[in-house]
Amino acid sequence: MKNCLVVDDSKVIRKVARHILETLNFNVNEAEDGREALTRCEEQMPDVVLLDWNMPVMSGMEFLRTLRQQTIERQPKVVFCTTENDTAHIRAAIEAGADEYVMKPFDRETLESKLQIVGVA
Amino acid sequence: MEVTDAAIRILAGLLEARTGQQLAISRRWRIETALKSLMRERGFDSLDQLLGDIVSGREPALSDAVVDALLNNETYFYRDRQPFELLMIGAFTALQKARAREKRLSIWCAGCSTGQEAYSIAMTIADEKERWDGWTVDIVATDVSRGAIAQARNGLYSQFEVQRGLPVVQMIRHFAAEGEGQWRLNEAIRGKVRFKTQSLMDAPPAPGRFDVILCRNVLLYFHAAARSAVFDRLSQAIAHDGYLMLGAGETVIGQSDAFVSSTEFRGIYSPTSRRTTVPASSAA
Repeated sequence: MKNCLVVDDSKVIRKVARHILETLNFNVNEAEDGREALTRCEEQMPDVVLLDWNMPVMSGMEFLRTLRQQTIERQPKVVFCTTENDTAHIRAAIEAGADEYVMKPFDRETLESKLQIVGVA
Repeated sequence: MEVTDAAIRILAGLLEARTGQQLAISRRWRIETALKSLMRERGFDSLDQLLGDIVSGREPALSDAVVDALLNNETYFYRDRQPFELLMIGAFTALQKARAREKRLSIWCAGCSTGQEAYSIAMTIADEKERWDGWTVDIVATDVSRGAIAQARNGLYSQFEVQRGLPVVQMIRHFAAEGEGQWRLNEAIRGKVRFKTQSLMDAPPAPGRFDVILCRNVLLYFHAAARSAVFDRLSQAIAHDGYLMLGAGETVIGQSDAFVSSTEFRGIYSPTSRRTTVPASSAA
């Protein structure tokens, strides 16, 4: 069973994502901002991170840059999941090391196909 | 909205006559949902009223619209990624060797729905510039649904459609945002596919001899005799060393003698004639 860390300041989004991911046979952990996500990663590095962009305390982009600078044996796949749905944001995310990008709102099929693309589903 | 047996019979007859497809029991529950927006748009208060107009033939275009609404146009980019990669890497490589002199390939997406499959091939070829340098790849895509073909030609997809199966890097390379969650495929890729409204019951489109035919997730809606007839038609339209790709849950086994499982590529089919016909080039 693969591990997915869902990072989003919206409890509703985390709940929806958790439900979809569990039906896709993922073990799900949650964090409500980038800083908490870094702590979760220190405790247990997930296989994939589903990452919101705009969050208090630490944004998704700051989290991603910090994560990618770390020297770790195996970097997780990172899939942005955000309402920032323009090409400028998408390009910036890819340049910072994101593996995939989900534009909100999303559905089960979209999420599943993106997880397949990054090779974790 | 009550959907009576009589209504189902009329709709099933219309669908089969126009497309060869059956209105399977598993799809009957969709009738109400499928026709609701059409009835609202055209001001029909009841299904009986709609069927009355169809049967009377007062408005021929109405039948087309109803057939369009009843068809399942579900598709997405790079559907069934693994077999798709097997086709693009394995079968296409074999064909590139076989056609090294003429450097020309013809592909037919039969039952292409809203175009994602045909465009997936076109984008892959465009992204592999070195591999396809000097090649002419003719992609023809047909579907019986006028609405689906119109959307395919436009290359305009919703946010949900554009994300399903399509890697984001390819999305920003080949699509531009058009506002309100719509994304349009660029002209360079759109221009690589010729779309045509056509039933699988009709004669194959030009050029009539294809190196690869994709007919995926369509024939499951046909009854056995019609399916067998389509396989025969496809076998007449495929090169002796060409490849047929079906949907993940589909097979020719027990359906037709016109194709056999490819000995090289799992899940892909070769025309039976390949085993019995000596190509002209090797007979010399």
